[in-house]
Amino acid sequence: MNAPSDVRFHAGRHARWHAAEIVFWLAALSCAFVFPSRYLIMTDILRLALFALSLDLILGYAGIVSLGHAAFFGVGAYSAGLLALHGIINEPVIALIVAGLAAAVLGFCTSFLLIRGADLTRLMVTLGIALLLEALAERFSDITGGTDGLQGIEMQPILGLFAFDMFGKTGFFYALIVLFLLFLLARRIVHSPFGLSLRAIRNNPLRAAAIGVPVNRRLIAIYTVAAFYAGVAGALFTQTTALASLDVFAFERSADLMLVLVIGGTGYLYGGLIGAVLFRMLQEIFSTITPQYWQFWIGLVLIVVVLVGRARLHRWVLFVPNLLITRIAGGKAAVAVPESEGP
Amino acid sequence: MTSVLTNLFDGVAYGMLLFVLACGLAVTLGLMNFVNLAHGAFAMAGGYVCAVLVNQYGWPFFAGLPLAFIAPAVIGAVLERLLYRHLYTRSHLDQVLFSVGLVFMSVAAIDYIMGSSRIFINLPAALQGQFDVFGVGIGRYRLMLIVICGLLTAALQLVLARTRFGSRLRAAVDDPRAASGLGINVPQVFALTFAFGCGLAGLGGALSAEILGLDPYFPLKFMIYFLIVVTVGGSSSIIGPFLASLLLGIADVAGKYYVPKMGPFVIYTVMIVILIWRPHGLFGRAAR
Repeated sequence: MNAPSDVRFHAGRHARWHAAEIVFWLAALSCAFVFPSRYLIMTDILRLALFALSLDLILGYAGIVSLGHAAFFGVGAYSAGLLALHGIINEPVIALIVAGLAAAVLGFCTSFLLIRGADLTRLMVTLGIALLLEALAERFSDITGGTDGLQGIEMQPILGLFAFDMFGKTGFFYALIVLFLLFLLARRIVHSPFGLSLRAIRNNPLRAAAIGVPVNRRLIAIYTVAAFYAGVAGALFTQTTALASLDVFAFERSADLMLVLVIGGTGYLYGGLIGAVLFRMLQEIFSTITPQYWQFWIGLVLIVVVLVGRARLHRWVLFVPNLLITRIAGGKAAVAVPESEGP
Repeated sequence: MTSVLTNLFDGVAYGMLLFVLACGLAVTLGLMNFVNLAHGAFAMAGGYVCAVLVNQYGWPFFAGLPLAFIAPAVIGAVLERLLYRHLYTRSHLDQVLFSVGLVFMSVAAIDYIMGSSRIFINLPAALQGQFDVFGVGIGRYRLMLIVICGLLTAALQLVLARTRFGSRLRAAVDDPRAASGLGINVPQVFALTFAFGCGLAGLGGALSAEILGLDPYFPLKFMIYFLIVVTVGGSSSIIGPFLASLLLGIADVAGKYYVPKMGPFVIYTVMIVILIWRPHGLFGRAAR
């Protein structure tokens, strides 16, 4: 068997849909009917899940540690807000795509800064870009509304048919569909030979380069895609809440995002989605205990997660689902722990 | 012309302050390659210890300063032994997550204990106001900063370059295995260095309350400044971070004075440009 078809064979074998994945998405859909009074928080979880999915693409698959992923979220959020506010593009779906593309352009431009230097430089550059954008948004307050944020955004009906309602039902289904479609795309990407080459880069960039993977070009490509995803997540934020304020760029947003992804686990796409649910639940619990100081407990969770070890925690989290799958479906564990983390 | 000199003076004072705040990080991040984003939390701890002693217990300012050094150093030593040392060999992602968690905890804890508003440390009358030297306004407090920080810098350089401990540290950082083979107690050297760096940060935090402001968000607000000092300065010696701090201090003061509308924009742009141009810092060496 020649090499390309061999790669395709293995990639294809892993790409098959498992029963558990179908169950997962059906469960997500059924939430809409089980908790009809909780649309707002569920929409929030979906947005966060999409944002975390975006980080998973670069962190879990390509091994880029970013401290400033909120930059793309913020660009998407402000783009969508400005498009709607000034009536440039009234149709939300097109505005969503345009906002995502705006973030992707920024991602493409800044990706060249990333391919120079190692982890530490990347951390600094990503953090610096997010701070820079925050400073810019504050500086040009006549466009962005400064610390007050964009106000008076009115969203038009989606595709001209489905108006946003005050209970957030439309928003929820809208976010769910966007998340599902983008998830399908991400799934296709990571199971393609391109996705495999990304994992090779994550595990060892030097070796990847030695077997002929164009490391820099691949990193630029995935970073741009991830920026698009983050931009769409930001645009969803603006469209479903009719808000865009300076805190979309905040460092806390990027840091929380890492926690989301780490709770769920990196490198198998569902991590961001599961993490988003768990994170919001944690946040909910902590803020009922101490409304003002929930950050303390979030910090504690971060430290415990790191000290326990992400791989080990990951096995615990997946223990029950996997047990159910092996017992009921009789197959092998579907959402297995991905191969161990790269350096 | 005199305003230029006054700004330059303020910038130098600010830069030296940044150096004292960040030089502990220059060792942990620059030399030991540990991404410790929680460095500012130790600075904040020092600042609050000093503030409580001076404002509430009526200690003189200069008696509060040594405790602003000792308290964070002790906290640092304990945390290093309990938590940090397990993470030296982990991935950068783990280190980032861990230290961000520590920052969140410290911010919320200080907010809970001390309240969220900005606090000031009562200064003795001798340190307030300014005097003129040939028409150049010299702030007394800033002059004291330059003196204290200058002495500290000189002492640090001497310790690192001339003493036995300094050579042990350099050996331990360069090659921990070879160093422990030579009988150097590497974990102990790291722990002492870490604690000392935290202490210096705490001292810096106490000194900076007057200039940078002290509130629970200190570790988040100034994290980027410390990181800039270390990454731009490089890790070959403490001279690099020192020059980087001076540069940053002068640029920041000048930027705020001459182009106030640009805000922190100038600093971030300069940092990104420098990191693109020289990923290992202005005065750095290539990666090991």
